[in-house]
Amino acid sequence: MPEASRETLVNVVLALALLAAPLIAVALDEPFYVTLASRVAILALAGVGLNLALGTGGMVSFGHAAFFGLGGYVAGVAALHGFEGSSFIAWPLEVGGSEHMLVIWGIALLVTAVVALGIGAVSLRTSGVYFIMITLAFAQMIYYFAISLPTYGGEDGLSIYLRSRLPGIEADDPLTFFLVCYALLLGVIYLLHRLVDSRFGAALQCARMNPERLATLGIAPFPVKLTAFTLSAMITGLAGALFAELNGFVSPSMLSWQLSGEIIIFVILGGVGRLFGPLAGAALFILLESFIGGLTDRWQLILGLILLSVVLFARGGVIGLLAGKARHD
Amino acid sequence: MSAAFLIEQLLNGVQLGVMLFLMAAGLTLVFGVMGLINLAHGSLFMVGAFFCSWIAGQTGSFWAGLGGGFLAAAAAGALVEVLVIRRLYDRDHLDQVLATFALILIFSELTRWVFGDRPLYLDIPPGLSGAVPLPGGGGYPAYRLAIIGAGLVTAVGLYLLIARTRLGMQIRAGESDREMIGALGVDIRTLYTAVFALGAALAGLAGGMVGALQSVQVGMGEPVLILAFVVIIIGGIGSVKGALISAVLVGVTDTLGRVFLPQLFGLFLPPSEATSVGASLSAMSIYLLMAGVLAFKPKGLFPVDA
Repeated sequence: MPEASRETLVNVVLALALLAAPLIAVALDEPFYVTLASRVAILALAGVGLNLALGTGGMVSFGHAAFFGLGGYVAGVAALHGFEGSSFIAWPLEVGGSEHMLVIWGIALLVTAVVALGIGAVSLRTSGVYFIMITLAFAQMIYYFAISLPTYGGEDGLSIYLRSRLPGIEADDPLTFFLVCYALLLGVIYLLHRLVDSRFGAALQCARMNPERLATLGIAPFPVKLTAFTLSAMITGLAGALFAELNGFVSPSMLSWQLSGEIIIFVILGGVGRLFGPLAGAALFILLESFIGGLTDRWQLILGLILLSVVLFARGGVIGLLAGKARHD
Repeated sequence: MSAAFLIEQLLNGVQLGVMLFLMAAGLTLVFGVMGLINLAHGSLFMVGAFFCSWIAGQTGSFWAGLGGGFLAAAAAGALVEVLVIRRLYDRDHLDQVLATFALILIFSELTRWVFGDRPLYLDIPPGLSGAVPLPGGGGYPAYRLAIIGAGLVTAVGLYLLIARTRLGMQIRAGESDREMIGALGVDIRTLYTAVFALGAALAGLAGGMVGALQSVQVGMGEPVLILAFVVIIIGGIGSVKGALISAVLVGVTDTLGRVFLPQLFGLFLPPSEATSVGASLSAMSIYLLMAGVLAFKPKGLFPVDA
């Protein structure tokens, strides 16, 4: 398959470019670009999560910012209580904060899994545009819930004064933190690559393309989709926790529908259902945003025109364009 | 709590509902007829509001502004349909979401370019600046009553247009079978442009009327867009009747929730907690309503089978 190998080549180049960028930035003493690269890696991870639901499973969630934001709030709330030494819950079980990233990641995965199971169970009763909108509705509920929590900053959000710790790793160093995010991104992409090739992945793709056939094979589509939706939310939640650590800040804007829209755009821009699509999309979007933003105040106009051109003339996204292959479905 | 207060809040809810209907009608028509998700509908609302307040400021006449906003939004809608939207009809929803999101960025920036960064303000027309007495004491702003009236007149007009005219017949035919009306010799391209411009004009009208109640600024369309989407999902996508009923339902739920939920929780919670819990629940209330409706009727209250 010469075309498949061409996509692999594009993927390898992308992964290497993302790794090289901050290393070169450190060599040139331009720390801003290290942060920018971390941003790309983290938002790409959020997109990779969404891509499992959207690309592989055909579930167009317009509410993934909910999971992104929940992950962020887990990091923020844990850091607050860890910093103050106060407890999140005092009774019946004493639950305090934490300064350990691994603990925070674990809680973020758990919380997003529980919430996604609930949201997915209701939302998956619908399909098409209704699914898009009901996921949006749930995300809006969580957004307003976060706004109404004065303990955790309400509308103003919550600052994280100290970045959490990782055993044996100096996560305060920007380059090290980037490498952590980068490793997580590639690790998750590898796991998803394995997942999509597995029996579960086959069932999920069949649930997207032909749910009746899947049911005839004796596999109910609903649990398959719900599992994929939950996994997808957990990955996006993990990205949210990293994003809060990167910025040292979490606010309701991480839960906003605009952010859900941006994560969708990473996925479509890069190429729906392609393993490295979200990385290409996030990288292109963030590069456009920061470089055009540096050139002109009217950057939104140019960004809008570029996005419009991509959707009108480059079907299959950036990866589709580079790999020269038709849309995946 | 007095009856006048209750009536006042109910009217506020209906007024919000009527505004939402003007937005939702265009959104649901475009979706029903062309199968297109238009995230940029809120931008057309904004265009209407900006042109309304700018023309009103130049001419000194609110009514000239309102007419201008209506026409400007219709023109912007027609232009966008011809340049961009018509390339999206046979694409999937994802492409439509991305393209119309890009349109939001373009519209916002162009508006900032043309009208500047500062918000504009629009005065309530002098004839409608007073209050109308309510039964049981108190008064209600005449301008808000006029909005309710204008919205209801528009709803009736839209109904007559769709049910009684040749254009309406073609719109209904377009909703049920696109290929067939083309085969019958209707110029589909022109029909689609007309429907899109009509939806845009209704959004522009809503924007112009709201412009006198709040500041006119870039980004004002997006919160309303989300509410309008909630409305058409609850009502059933493609159903104008569903849009009207659910718009009023959403408007009243939202307004009454904001007023009464904090008081309700005040009955058994300390005041500060009651205010914050009540406020958060009321902000969530319409989304709870939507999730509740979809959990029982996955295609909305008035499903349109197409």
